[in-house]
Amino acid sequence: MPKLKDVCHHIRSKNAGPFWVTFDLFFKSPDMFEQYKADPALGPQLFAKTFGTNPDLVRYYPVASLSMVKISYPRPSPQGGLIERDMHSGQQYVRILDVELSQKPAMTG
Amino acid sequence: MQDEPVKIIVPVGSLGAGVRKEEVEFGIAQGAQAIATDAGSTDSGAAYLGLGMSKNNRESVRRDLLILMEAASRRGMPLIVGTCGQAGGDLNVDWTVDIVREVASELQWKPRIAVLYSEQEKDTLKAKNAAGKIKPLAPLGPLEDSTIDECEHIVAALGPEPYIAALERGADIVLGGRTTDTAVIACYALWKGAPKGPSWHAAKISECGAQCTVAPTKGSGVLISIDNDGFEVQPLSNDNRCDPHSVSAHMLYENSDPFRLTEPGGVLDVIDAVYEQADPRTVRVTGSRWEEQPYTMKLEGVKKIGYQTTMLVGIQDPVVLSRLGEFHEKFLAALNFRIINAVGLEPHEFHISLRYYGWNAVSGDEPPEDAPPPREVGVLFVATGETQDMANQIAKACNPYFFHFPIDMEQELPSYGFAFSPADGPRGPVFEFVLNHVVEADEAGELVRERWVEIRELEASNA
Repeated sequence: MPKLKDVCHHIRSKNAGPFWVTFDLFFKSPDMFEQYKADPALGPQLFAKTFGTNPDLVRYYPVASLSMVKISYPRPSPQGGLIERDMHSGQQYVRILDVELSQKPAMTG
Repeated sequence: MQDEPVKIIVPVGSLGAGVRKEEVEFGIAQGAQAIATDAGSTDSGAAYLGLGMSKNNRESVRRDLLILMEAASRRGMPLIVGTCGQAGGDLNVDWTVDIVREVASELQWKPRIAVLYSEQEKDTLKAKNAAGKIKPLAPLGPLEDSTIDECEHIVAALGPEPYIAALERGADIVLGGRTTDTAVIACYALWKGAPKGPSWHAAKISECGAQCTVAPTKGSGVLISIDNDGFEVQPLSNDNRCDPHSVSAHMLYENSDPFRLTEPGGVLDVIDAVYEQADPRTVRVTGSRWEEQPYTMKLEGVKKIGYQTTMLVGIQDPVVLSRLGEFHEKFLAALNFRIINAVGLEPHEFHISLRYYGWNAVSGDEPPEDAPPPREVGVLFVATGETQDMANQIAKACNPYFFHFPIDMEQELPSYGFAFSPADGPRGPVFEFVLNHVVEADEAGELVRERWVEIRELEASNA
């Protein structure tokens, strides 16, 4: 099974205001986008388990024209404060790079 | 609108980040009619609003203003700056006004300066709350008056209308408090009668300056040009370019929704926008829509949650590094015990954490079982107390343990690598964002205070 980092050419995370984090997954091709955009391994439970967010509030926005999926979820604690470790959430993406996708890569050619 | 497109220089992503004079000249040569930029955001955390402090050093902001004000005065075009001083609170705005005065004197220029304050009185907000005119945004719930009382500073993000009113009255420079990144750039085009969808969309695309270009490190700013059917965007740097991907991808940046952006008085909807290469450096965008909505302004408020003191130690001891999970548990327990005994605090009166840089400091999670030991770790000790003195006392009480804590009690006491003496450094107050709400304004000017600054003869002749 491929990992997320195998099917994307760029993955990033950043705050979207002090209360939300947004992930941008840019897939390597329109085919890979179509195949993995709704992969169950990228479902709300991934973000609940990895980051402690409420799975009911995880939002998905596929953008076909850019072969990318935007995923946004509420920060488990607001930006800053006692236990802040990543003020801009700019490093959070690293923790999902190795997520194993549940579908096999499409046969091409 | 006028027959010619409205052209606006967005010289930099944030005032103070490094405006380039040659780029501003390029924009002028293309026929720019205004300069607009924001000067901050919430991105860097709550302290800048809490303390009324800029993130930038004064000189970097002064240098950028010198280039922009010189161009504005020479061309007779307005200079518009939003979210002054990083957070856009009154103190942040006044800090910027002071620099603008100094630069005006240096240029022997007497501009008409409109200052727009967006900091809010607590009583005003409580009255709005009582009237049901403050609504929460997910993930927060309804606003309690006690939360308003806890805030050090509260700002409401301005829309374009107060800027338009100031331009209408002849402002050469408009300095705004907290403003949406887009409103400060869209205001000039909206004032000139450009269509709303393209004006707002062009503002969103250009709000981070050259971030929407193919090579963001090659320049600082962009030029936007808004006409009756759409808008165009190009870099201000000659050796850079925009392409449909670089421009459309910026709509994703730091937004939770890539298609719809809520602004005061409406929503920008770009789901049907079309991005095309107009010439090798320029992208043309059509199909952007604006939907009118009730006038709401987003509130930002920060609460002081205590004071912090930090210490940093480096560890290369291979035995400690091979058993870091176990070491951490013992270490944290020993330090908590020490504070209770040596400072006399109850557990609920303080908070400490240990963060292992080189191991799991950024995530805070448990590394995999088979993760190899790191070559070294830096352990950051963070103490939070009710006062700065308390945080300092906590750190000082922990100092010998932080320096010598052994992983096995029967061994000789180790000495870890302190980086500094004194080992502890006060961090000052710590702030947290506590508001994620919108307030309904009866009209766009209701929650804004306006002041005009005159540059007196005396100041101008002192340069």
